[in-house]
Amino acid sequence: MSGRGDRCFELTAAGAAAAAIATLGALALLLLVYSWPSIARYGLSFFTTTDWDPVAERFGAAHFVYGTVATSIVALLLATPVGVGAALFIGEYAPLRLAEPVSFVVELLAVIPSIVYGLWGFFVLAPFMRSSVEPALRDSVGQVPIVGTLFSGPIVGKDLLVAGVILAIMILPTVTAISREVLRAVPDTQREGMLALGATKWEAIRHAVLPYARGGIAGALGLGLARALGETMAVTMVVGNSSSRITGSLFTPGYTMSSAIANQFTEAAKAIHFAALVEVALVLLLVATIINLFARLLVSRFASGPVGA
Amino acid sequence: MRDEEKRTQTTHRLVTRRRLLALLGGGAAGAVLAACGGSASPTAAPAATSPPPAPPTKPAAVATSAPVPTNAPAGATGATPAGGPATKPAGAVSPAATSATAASAPAPAAPSAAAKPAANGTAAPASAPAGIGLIKGPFPGEAQTLTGAGATFPAPLYTKWFDEYAKLTGVKVNYQAIGSGGGIKGITDGTVDFGASDGPMSDEQLKAAKGEILHVPMTLGGVAVTYNVPEAKDPLKFTPETLPAIYLGTITKWNDPKLVADNPALASVNKDIVVVQRSDGSGTTYCFTDYLSSVSADWKSKVGRDTAVKWPVGIGGKGSEGVAGEVKQNPYSIGYVEVIYAIQNKLGTGLVKNAAGKFVEPQLDGVTAAAAAAADKVPADLRVSIVNQVGDGVYPISTFTWLLVYKNMADKAKATALTRLMWWATHDGQKFSTDLGYAPLPEAMVKKDEEKINLVNVNDQKAFPGQ
Repeated sequence: MSGRGDRCFELTAAGAAAAAIATLGALALLLLVYSWPSIARYGLSFFTTTDWDPVAERFGAAHFVYGTVATSIVALLLATPVGVGAALFIGEYAPLRLAEPVSFVVELLAVIPSIVYGLWGFFVLAPFMRSSVEPALRDSVGQVPIVGTLFSGPIVGKDLLVAGVILAIMILPTVTAISREVLRAVPDTQREGMLALGATKWEAIRHAVLPYARGGIAGALGLGLARALGETMAVTMVVGNSSSRITGSLFTPGYTMSSAIANQFTEAAKAIHFAALVEVALVLLLVATIINLFARLLVSRFASGPVGA
Repeated sequence: MRDEEKRTQTTHRLVTRRRLLALLGGGAAGAVLAACGGSASPTAAPAATSPPPAPPTKPAAVATSAPVPTNAPAGATGATPAGGPATKPAGAVSPAATSATAASAPAPAAPSAAAKPAANGTAAPASAPAGIGLIKGPFPGEAQTLTGAGATFPAPLYTKWFDEYAKLTGVKVNYQAIGSGGGIKGITDGTVDFGASDGPMSDEQLKAAKGEILHVPMTLGGVAVTYNVPEAKDPLKFTPETLPAIYLGTITKWNDPKLVADNPALASVNKDIVVVQRSDGSGTTYCFTDYLSSVSADWKSKVGRDTAVKWPVGIGGKGSEGVAGEVKQNPYSIGYVEVIYAIQNKLGTGLVKNAAGKFVEPQLDGVTAAAAAAADKVPADLRVSIVNQVGDGVYPISTFTWLLVYKNMADKAKATALTRLMWWATHDGQKFSTDLGYAPLPEAMVKKDEEKINLVNVNDQKAFPGQ
């Protein structure tokens, strides 16, 4: 009796799991089929050229990939210290009655719809970056050789840097929440051992907690990165949506893979234009999947025991 | 004991963390999924067999927002074209003109009150041209629902039309503003009863369709050049030479001698031009690049015309509101938006020199004049660009927007409903154009539309019943 009920439930649950996997499989297959004309026609040049010309039917998506990667890296560089710092504060320093509200507010950032971030970015952040932050960067860091190229050129206020900043804010809750959980999972014996040896709090964190949590934090960053890669709406509103040049300057208006799809999808009347856009989606899915898998690998490795240390 | 307690706690935390991971995982995959959802919508369109949808007041929500608020002047049923914005002598340079028209647009009460008799098309004025008032109510045997998909640019007008038409005849039209590309795909695959497009279908696209497709121009729109130059007090003047050069990036400064020649006020404005364009594929971009292609060989060979092109310079804004926002935010920028969008939002717009050498401001009568100038030389299939027409009052960046229908239809009920709808829209429906910011079709074009509508047939029998 109960055996049959168990079996029933098991099958139902397996069906649910299978449905999720089948959806992903069907999605990938559909993307592959729809993008096939483009894959067959452009091959590898799709990834090596920046010539996205619907009129002449030449499609190269290198600048979309570049825009996605550049904005995501900027986001990660900005969100890592803030996110991990906030997690350390919540987990290690703050008293419970402060830690709870702080983590609640940080996680609240995750529920704000991305279009709201986009509007805020368009009307508040971008003008501020254009009039204050970016000129200051150009006049200071921009004067340093080599690194300076990142902060050179005309300032329009809709560029890769602004998009990176928006993304950093958007992935902050992901990075903070997961880092906090990872830090919490560090056994107290680690800390106690260090403290017993006469280490200060900072030394205990630096030598016992962070090395132990390293893998998990890397995983948190990976998941944040995956979110940054796919983010569409907010980025589209501040990234500039143009320029087929890859200049090396973060002040260049750019284009990301997801914003290219969002922008051009509705009016892609030519079959090959449509196929090329679907290929961009396919590439985006692949990149996001790989990063996600990698991040999960790091997290699960950590979960099964200490890394390093 | 303590240890064990700790361990349970840790396990609990691990579980929460795993849940968290699961929740946060698919951010990027979500974006891809969303994109695919979009692709499915044209195929999901044929709702013919499903129960009639709610009154088609709003086109199906798709990321590309419609260019104009759909609910702008409600209740202006009786306004005739003449009751709309005052017709101005073309070529007149008057900074007050734009704001005057803008002021009258959102206040439809006065003109509609004056033109009351035409309400609902029941009592057409005696002087009305033939065809007005022909559709007065339901017709036996016609389909009760029609589905269409396509252009976003005319969507506010179509929404108004289909709303009024449902009140008049009970026929519900489900129109999805998914973009011209989607409209062409929909009619090609036969998933909708009619498509709508801001650009004519190419020969290649027509070949891919399941039968002969007719292009029926429904209304007219224009594209205005807007800019943000604090020093410019009078509207700036642009020419067929300067406009392509700015968008090609060969004119980069506002005090370029070519610009100063027509605009002395710019002589001291030594600033880089920030070029803004539409980032999303759009009929507006088609019209604008169509104009640039027709006046500049350079543009035609390097960039060409399409709903999305490879822009040599500039930044992209999403939608008309995106372009207008960029222009407002960036001093010394230039952009292009639909004429109606510029009028309703009181954007500063430039005059454009037409083929007759006159500088014309972007107004609806200039757009109608462009269609009238083109009317006697349109090809038989009505696939025609009306940019850069010759005539004193012609505004050169103008375009038709078309409905796409099959000439030979299988379903008699649908063919009857569709032809009656098109007849009504091209006749009685035209009175709604001006209030919503579209230019009414000139008389000559309406005649050509009638010929097309009369061509639609079911088994060689004319579909339009004539009343």
